[in-house]
Amino acid sequence: MVELSHDSRPIIGRGPPLAASFLTLSVASIALMVADKRYDQLATVREWLSAAAYPVQVAVDTPFRAWGWISGSFADRGRLRQENLELTARLRLANLQLQRFAALEDENRRLRDMRENSAGVADRVLVASILNVDLDPFRHRVLLDKGAADGVFKGQAVLDAEGIFGQVSQVHAKTAEVILISDAEHAIPVQSNRSGLRTIAVGTGDSDRLSLPFVTVEADLRVGDLLISTGIGGVFPSGYPVAEVTRVDRTAAATFALVEARPTARLDRDREVLLVWFDPPVTPAEPAEAGPPGPADPAPAGTPATESADSATAEAPQ
Amino acid sequence: MRPSDFTRRLLYWLSVAAGLLLAIVPLPDWLSPVRPDLALLAVIYWILNSPRIAGLGYAWLAGLFLDVLRGMTLGQHALGFVLVAFLTHRAQLRMRMFPILHQAGAVMLLLAAYHFVIFWTDGLTGHGYTGWNRWLPVLSGALLWPLIAAGGDTLTRRSR
Repeated sequence: MVELSHDSRPIIGRGPPLAASFLTLSVASIALMVADKRYDQLATVREWLSAAAYPVQVAVDTPFRAWGWISGSFADRGRLRQENLELTARLRLANLQLQRFAALEDENRRLRDMRENSAGVADRVLVASILNVDLDPFRHRVLLDKGAADGVFKGQAVLDAEGIFGQVSQVHAKTAEVILISDAEHAIPVQSNRSGLRTIAVGTGDSDRLSLPFVTVEADLRVGDLLISTGIGGVFPSGYPVAEVTRVDRTAAATFALVEARPTARLDRDREVLLVWFDPPVTPAEPAEAGPPGPADPAPAGTPATESADSATAEAPQ
Repeated sequence: MRPSDFTRRLLYWLSVAAGLLLAIVPLPDWLSPVRPDLALLAVIYWILNSPRIAGLGYAWLAGLFLDVLRGMTLGQHALGFVLVAFLTHRAQLRMRMFPILHQAGAVMLLLAAYHFVIFWTDGLTGHGYTGWNRWLPVLSGALLWPLIAAGGDTLTRRSR
């Protein structure tokens, strides 16, 4: 073969030279990235494109869902009975606890009302299931099957039965992307249930480890302490469990202790999660809004993830 | 006779679409970081096989669609795809003459360039994950290349 030119397409009708189209497309990609990341201008474009992506994601999800359905409907009777017994036992226990909690919650609400602060209690939830779709292996993101059409909004808190799961980072028409609390870019304000100490829990990129980088050596925190959400920042409702402290290393030389915690939510095993609406903390000057914030309502007080992204990436041990 | 332009165009589009689909199929956690970039490998294969059909525009679109599917910053994978497509176009006359292992080595370099673009843009947009295992797809893709080349050759020869 005689090599006349690198471009072996036909001479007639070959379109623009290779290098020119390469340059154009690269510039287009870079412009897209800047517009998307820096100026957040591409909401409508993304909306359109994700409408095109939705059938693909559903196509990938369907076989797995169908398999789950089939294996569920052919599960043997003994196992179902066993499961039923366990669930009944757990329900009885939960109801028992609930009786006490109902009284406690009333009392709590009364006390908060006295302090004119009844915010942060979840008042509407929506069950969403996680699509069987792998996003990036190095980011802790999942895709839910509920989107803007169901009233999901950016920055919405996502919980599971055991604790706080994450928050909505992108809303499409029928799906929503959730960033987990264990993502290295995520940070959540927490409080120790025992001592009341407030700090920030940062994701590490490891689904059973959060890092608490801003705990001083003399701070009152012990292994086994339950960390609950504080409601500061307005993204998460307050008082829900986030993590349990698993490790506290204090060295006399350092200012900050090395503290790690294990999320109480089952981040890597959940298939269903709860989207939560709650009254964001109100400032006294502003009257409380009636009803839950709708889709037109922007996320209250922004996302803490982006606010502390720098510290998160700097602190997170990879 | 080689298969008609239309058949090859169709095969090209279908194989890239299949690669994109496989890019988001759930894998077990230990396997997920090794997942080869099948859509990109398909693009490389078709540029080598029929450069007159596989241009840069479609590669760019495929990359853009991957961005959307994975919810990344728009344009990241598009840039990687267009860079690899361009380099492959420039080198295709030589690469087609390489023995298969040598070719796999060249593909490994292309994949490394692609992952470097993703790594770099990740860093610029503040998602820096610097673990060594993010480079695993480069290796798995290169190891898979002989299979892909053989499979593709069988496919195009059969549809004569």
